[in-house]
Amino acid sequence: MENQKCKGMQDLLPDDMLKFRHIEDAFRTCCLEWGYQEVRTPTLEYLHLFTATGTLTPSMLGKVYSFLDWNGWSGERVVLRPDGTIPVARLYINNLICSEAAKGGGEERKELNNSLFTAKPSRLFYVTNIFAFEGTGRENRERWQCGAEFLGGAKFTADVEIILLAREVIRKLGFADIELQLSHAGLIKALIKELKLSSGEEAKVVSRVLDGDWQALMEAKSINPQLDKFLPQLLNLKGKSSSFLQNVKALSQQASSNLKSSLEDFINIATLLDSLSCSYEIDITAMRNFEYYTGVCFQLLADGEKIGGGGRYDDLVPLMSGRDIPACGFALYVDPIMKLLPSEREEGDKSGILVKGKNLSPEVITACFTLAQSLRNAGHTAELGFTTQKESSYRWIILVSGGETPFVLTDCEQKQQRDVASIAEILSILGEYR
Amino acid sequence: MAYQAGSLKLALPKGRLLPSTAELLDEVDLGFSDYSDKTRQYRLKSTKFPYLSAKMFQEKDIPIQVAIGNYDLGICGLDWIEELLVRYPASALVKISNLNYGEGSVYVVASNQAEISSLDESLAKLNSWRIVSEYPNLAEVFALNRRMRKFSVFPVWGAAEVYPPEDAELAILWGKNENDLEAQGLVPLMRLIPANAFLIANRESLENKDLSQILGCLSLKFGAKQESLIYDLPEGQKVPVLDNSIQFAPKAQKQEKKIKLALPDGHQQPPTAEFLKKAGLKFQGYSEGILNRRPSTDLDYLSIKVIRPQDMPLQVANGNFDLAITGRDWLLDHLYRFPSSPVKKLLDLGFGMVKIVAAVSQDMPLANIDELRQLVQSGKLSPLRVASEYINIADNYLRDNRINPYKLIPTFGASEAFLPEDANLLIDNAQTGETLKQHNLKIIGVLFESSACLIGNKGSLDSSDKKQNIDLLIQMVRKALS
Repeated sequence: MENQKCKGMQDLLPDDMLKFRHIEDAFRTCCLEWGYQEVRTPTLEYLHLFTATGTLTPSMLGKVYSFLDWNGWSGERVVLRPDGTIPVARLYINNLICSEAAKGGGEERKELNNSLFTAKPSRLFYVTNIFAFEGTGRENRERWQCGAEFLGGAKFTADVEIILLAREVIRKLGFADIELQLSHAGLIKALIKELKLSSGEEAKVVSRVLDGDWQALMEAKSINPQLDKFLPQLLNLKGKSSSFLQNVKALSQQASSNLKSSLEDFINIATLLDSLSCSYEIDITAMRNFEYYTGVCFQLLADGEKIGGGGRYDDLVPLMSGRDIPACGFALYVDPIMKLLPSEREEGDKSGILVKGKNLSPEVITACFTLAQSLRNAGHTAELGFTTQKESSYRWIILVSGGETPFVLTDCEQKQQRDVASIAEILSILGEYR
Repeated sequence: MAYQAGSLKLALPKGRLLPSTAELLDEVDLGFSDYSDKTRQYRLKSTKFPYLSAKMFQEKDIPIQVAIGNYDLGICGLDWIEELLVRYPASALVKISNLNYGEGSVYVVASNQAEISSLDESLAKLNSWRIVSEYPNLAEVFALNRRMRKFSVFPVWGAAEVYPPEDAELAILWGKNENDLEAQGLVPLMRLIPANAFLIANRESLENKDLSQILGCLSLKFGAKQESLIYDLPEGQKVPVLDNSIQFAPKAQKQEKKIKLALPDGHQQPPTAEFLKKAGLKFQGYSEGILNRRPSTDLDYLSIKVIRPQDMPLQVANGNFDLAITGRDWLLDHLYRFPSSPVKKLLDLGFGMVKIVAAVSQDMPLANIDELRQLVQSGKLSPLRVASEYINIADNYLRDNRINPYKLIPTFGASEAFLPEDANLLIDNAQTGETLKQHNLKIIGVLFESSACLIGNKGSLDSSDKKQNIDLLIQMVRKALS
């Protein structure tokens, strides 16, 4: 019987895993250096966790892997995690806010309760897989993400922090030429409000814009002539510095206070990025499916491929917990990054040591195991081999025969052979080459 | 599955759409004169096109049969097509044309006893929704599109109309029209999909086989307009604004003293009614061949609904009913799926005795399940296709007997007609085995015996408010047994 892999699922082979771990290591190192702590959430969550906040679109929720659990007689469905951020927000609400309150007792506790609304910020990160059905079966239905969330980070400095952290990870991975695109969900939502549409019409424009159809905004703009002064510029031009936003601000004097404060927030972020010499492109129309973002949102591209994105989502934690905790975060998409990274192992690369028994006598086998252990203790990678096998990929081969000359050491790169009398001598020779 | 060279297969509906479909086939002259209400024969041969054959199915089975390629063409209601496609959009199913007959639509309804008259209003008010439906996939998509914050969908085999308001906020069901639903005490809130008859085809058949003669005949009756028949499920709805104290905990069960009892409809109704009479329990509207879905009784602590026996264990488990009379077969099917379910068998009632059996075609050279396993292992029957109404019983039986690989085909009645061409093994109930014999089938194993039983919710049995009255009822039932 043929063992078929499930459609849309992927195997990660040794070469893939080298890349995967490389990405993960770079990500973890950067996050830890910035003071983020690692968390992991379960693969199964209740469906209502994702429906309750209204922050995922029906079309996205229509693609979740949902089913009844073994105790699902109440009709409550569970899902394979379709998103990385919402479970982390749940983890934070369930564990980290509560534990802050639980630590104190008596009066101290009361005081802490009051301070819950300015709960201690949590910087969390995770490496996780997310699941979403994809109709053709050609794309992955299981995707890996490296994500970081700054819960309780209220100011524009938090936005800049996560942008710089994301960029740093990508740079550490060796991508020199990355594009950073900025947009602002709060600004877009305020713009749509300026159209002063009926709630039904407004919902239609929002869902068209979320699907990337910006024409919807241009079509509707005639309703408010004030918009004509800055909307085309905002949608069509791509600013490279905060000056662009200052110009838009100058043109939008008549706009609502909501729009102005979003613009002001955006200017603060852009100005700080300018002074930290972080280059970017302001492209309001670059974002899609930014439904749960409320403030700045961004995308990272390498070779024209989207490799990450994030933004501010101030409404999510309040909707889930009733507590007014702002947040922002990002995720890097491991699968496209893996495709862009060069292979870690070159063709014909030789590595590791093969410890080979000349025969299967108990003395030789014991000697092989003893030698391999000594090599590993000294920090080498040592494989055992007792049968004839392809030996071309090893850097060293040690033939163990016991007797007079117990070891024959072959240097596969220099193509040299020599007899060696002891393990100590082997270690000293190998040490020289390290 | 390999096709016979040049043969074409058509899946035709029983039930609601049968008379109009028979008329249509007659008019376009496909040569299926035996296709009628009265036929005892599920398999039909065209007298006009020798390569064309047909089989009659429950409407619900037809989209699945066409999608998996057992049938090239099929005719059934758009409701069942969409029920499949919303969950499995990549199905190999092509909608060819509206055939312009078939009345009614699928509606979202509430009870007129509930304070739900507009969906938009209620969506802002209610935190948690229970939706009961024969169309669970449509129900889920509906709930997601309306951005319900928390919902449960209860799939049922039928009688969805009787659940609201006590046991569900909404039902999604077929209705003739708004007036008809209102006459049943329901408030139609939204029309989801018209239940028009549609011609469907298997995608691969359409791509690779010559269906032109048959399509040519049927095209005479294609609907003129190809307008979108699916009413827009409103998207991008504003998220209803709720206060922030969203309750994720399950709804607290209302403490009431009334005992909620579910009684079976269908062929279990007459023996159940007779048995209850013997126990001294009299219900108005449950005995005289007239079915009132809410029979009344003199016992003021008892409220009764009549639902499908298949749906009872799940409904007792989630506390909609305290007690129910169903078959042991359906209880076991439920318990295999939900091992820690709070449903318990209280009493065997002794009537409605059937055997749950495994059966194969008489032409199969085997006599028991071990020989079947060997045949499957040898690769000659791989994967084994198993038709059953009892999905979880069948699954469990096949696992216990280490049959591998197999595919389960859930059916919705008349499962014996699936063999031999559309399934290899049948797991079904049999009273005498006569029906199986008539369909050229033989029994290769008996799984267990099943009869009517009284089941109860463990929580209700422990509840101090209900315990006394439940014990009273059990005593009465016990008396009828002795």
